[in-house]
Amino acid sequence: MLVVALVAFTLSTFVGDPISNMVGQEATLEDRAQLREQLGLNDPVPIQFFRFVGNAAQGDFGISYRLQRPVQNLIAERLPATLELVAVSAIFALAFGIPLGIFTALYRNAWISRFILTISLAGVSLPTFVLGILLIYVFSVTLQWMPSFGRGSTTDLGWWTTGLLSIDGWRAIIMPAVTLGLYQLTLILRLVRSEMLEVLRTDYIKFARARGLSNRAINFGHALKNTLIPVITITGLNIGGLIAFSIVTETVFQWPGMGLLFIQAVQFADVPVMSAYLVLASLIFVSVNLIVDILYVVVDPRLRTERRVTQRS
Amino acid sequence: MRLMFMTALTVALLLIVPAAHAENVLRWASRGDALTFDPHGQNETPTIQALYQVYEPLVSRDAELVMIPRLATSWEIVAPTIWEFELRSGVTFHDGTPFSAEDVAFSIERAKGETSDFKNLLTMVESVEVVGPHTVRIHTSAPAPLLAANLTDVFMMSRAWAEANGVASAQDFDLGDENYAVRNANGTGPFMLELREPDIRTVMIRNDNWWGLETFPAHNIDRIIYTPIGNDATRVAALLSGEIDFIIDPPLQDLRRIEAAPSLRLQQIAQVRTIFLGLNQGDPELASSNIRGANPFADIRVRQAVYQAIDIEAIQTRIMRGLSAPAGIITPPAVHGWTEELDTRFAFDPEAARALMADAGYADGFSVRLDCPNNRYVNDEAICQAAVAMLARIGIDVSLDAQPKSLHFPKIDNQETDFYMQGWGVPTLDSEYVFQFLYVTGRTQGTRFSNARVDELAELMSQELDPATRDAYIAEAWQIVRDDIVFVPLHNQVIVWALRDGFEQPIVANNTPQFYMGAFTD
Repeated sequence: MLVVALVAFTLSTFVGDPISNMVGQEATLEDRAQLREQLGLNDPVPIQFFRFVGNAAQGDFGISYRLQRPVQNLIAERLPATLELVAVSAIFALAFGIPLGIFTALYRNAWISRFILTISLAGVSLPTFVLGILLIYVFSVTLQWMPSFGRGSTTDLGWWTTGLLSIDGWRAIIMPAVTLGLYQLTLILRLVRSEMLEVLRTDYIKFARARGLSNRAINFGHALKNTLIPVITITGLNIGGLIAFSIVTETVFQWPGMGLLFIQAVQFADVPVMSAYLVLASLIFVSVNLIVDILYVVVDPRLRTERRVTQRS
Repeated sequence: MRLMFMTALTVALLLIVPAAHAENVLRWASRGDALTFDPHGQNETPTIQALYQVYEPLVSRDAELVMIPRLATSWEIVAPTIWEFELRSGVTFHDGTPFSAEDVAFSIERAKGETSDFKNLLTMVESVEVVGPHTVRIHTSAPAPLLAANLTDVFMMSRAWAEANGVASAQDFDLGDENYAVRNANGTGPFMLELREPDIRTVMIRNDNWWGLETFPAHNIDRIIYTPIGNDATRVAALLSGEIDFIIDPPLQDLRRIEAAPSLRLQQIAQVRTIFLGLNQGDPELASSNIRGANPFADIRVRQAVYQAIDIEAIQTRIMRGLSAPAGIITPPAVHGWTEELDTRFAFDPEAARALMADAGYADGFSVRLDCPNNRYVNDEAICQAAVAMLARIGIDVSLDAQPKSLHFPKIDNQETDFYMQGWGVPTLDSEYVFQFLYVTGRTQGTRFSNARVDELAELMSQELDPATRDAYIAEAWQIVRDDIVFVPLHNQVIVWALRDGFEQPIVANNTPQFYMGAFTD
């Protein structure tokens, strides 16, 4: 994480000069120099970096140049929006991806399976902003069923604001969640399908069939459980990526989350926000990967047995 | 069965009951949100657009940009360095406290403060004297004919409120925290700030105690909900779907689509902003050019060749889709000091341009880099690309470097560019503003231009009280810089607003709508 912070900080010196965005067109060179001095931008980069790390360790990420508010407040305000969006889109991807994957694996020669697979190609090939605008055009402009931007009405629960407690909020989250989740859905669908097909060909499934177990017991009791292991890994890794980089979807739908905050910070050269965001993103990746690794041990009994065996010997 | 009948009847009755008088809610959007609600914090257009609904200056401008009394009812110069302002009586702040001369003195001092972004508009102000509860005198360090014009963006705050909330000076980054005024406001304006969520939503409600309710009886907006929508396509979609009533910056490529929609319309007006090219004419050599030992742009013939190589009509029709007004000087018609003869361009004449280049000794041409912003002005990058092609025809090999504004504008200040695009607006609507910030030695980082007579004239025109003499200074200064081709003017931008039918809002050339002038007609 320290490495990420260092890289983020160094990169931020190349994004441009925040001072020119922070003062009006009449500001003299002296005004700009003075502001630069005041913000500590004249100090050598290592010193700025250590000051940043020192403050960050205490939870102080500085003040956003653009909004003149402490960065940690900004991130705390925007985090719920992104997390909710990612959660809903992950649930959407899993809830549709896994059943469809199973279905297309079990009935792989049915025309409907082939149809689903062809449509799913759209999921991987359509860029998110095209999909987003397409959904807006159909559902907001033409049918006027759902709002084209924003989170709808949100309920304030103290340290968390949620849009999921109101119909308005649900109407607003559907399209961004679908846009964000469609790629995941396709991935999960094809992964479950290929894993399932492979598992169904294994010996222990053949023996189970020979033993006379019902199709339901075989497919869902045995085959599916083994299929899910790689799905967990892939989904876990993707969720980390979604949280950190839901930028395009948030920009298209004006979703007030962290991705939008980040892209606005880049355009403004708002260094405190950019650095804090990248550090946070690396934290998310590290945590999610840790959780996935732990889940892996829990779900895959082979890993557990191995340990017990090594312990005994 | 009976239950169903009773339910249906109740529902029907509920629907028949006349709805209570619905609020007139204006929902509008633009690309970028205001940066702060501190009235002296940021001097930039989206912020001023928001502040103008909640705060008021002493003097403001009407739809034709004529100065009108706002919190001051009259103003005059009583001595060469003293302006006297009579203040409006019966005005209260949104928290109920009365507005008085004390607040004016406090606000102007605050706007002059170190951390204020408006201080460069008030450099001539020495002190503010409270003469009576409704009279102030502003003492200037030298005669200042333009003081009233400079005050149109200086908002009045309540001294008591500011001191009670710790915001006696504008946003200070050293404080380490946001100041109270960033998201809270207490002004005298026609709307009160109800909710401010930066980048998400800003909600204002009608001020029923506003002094202007009788003067402007047509004002019928009860609530304003502003949401920034950064993505161009989403913004237009929101307007088309009816979620938004008004967009202040519809993207050019969607204008026809909006016009074709049945319940939407467009309004346009020439903006007070000129776009032009700057050339480095002061350095002995151009860093980005292949010519060593001489600076091609230092020769006026080369500058004129560049000027005459630009086909501004083509830019207007093809790139700006008709939405620009070709300019001959770097200030638009609305600005005092503009004349039609000054605004006549040198003719587009590539032959003549080539002849001039040969004359100057550059028959083989030369290479240079053009720096351009790509997210600041309307179609900025496209205009630059066209200019590159046009200059290639006269032998100048231009390499284009188009970058976001955070990277582009520092290049001009730090003298890292030889040839660049820039735009300039004129909030005071007087030529003096243009000279002070673009032609006076010490401000001409980009062009490295320096002319002692122009410096002298700039100072004279800012202090001369006699209008006729002053106009003579302005005319002379413009003639000098125009003949010297310090900049290559391109055009004045045209702003377009998109509104739905049923909502009226007069369009203004400074792109700052004042919603008390607007009204719902349905």
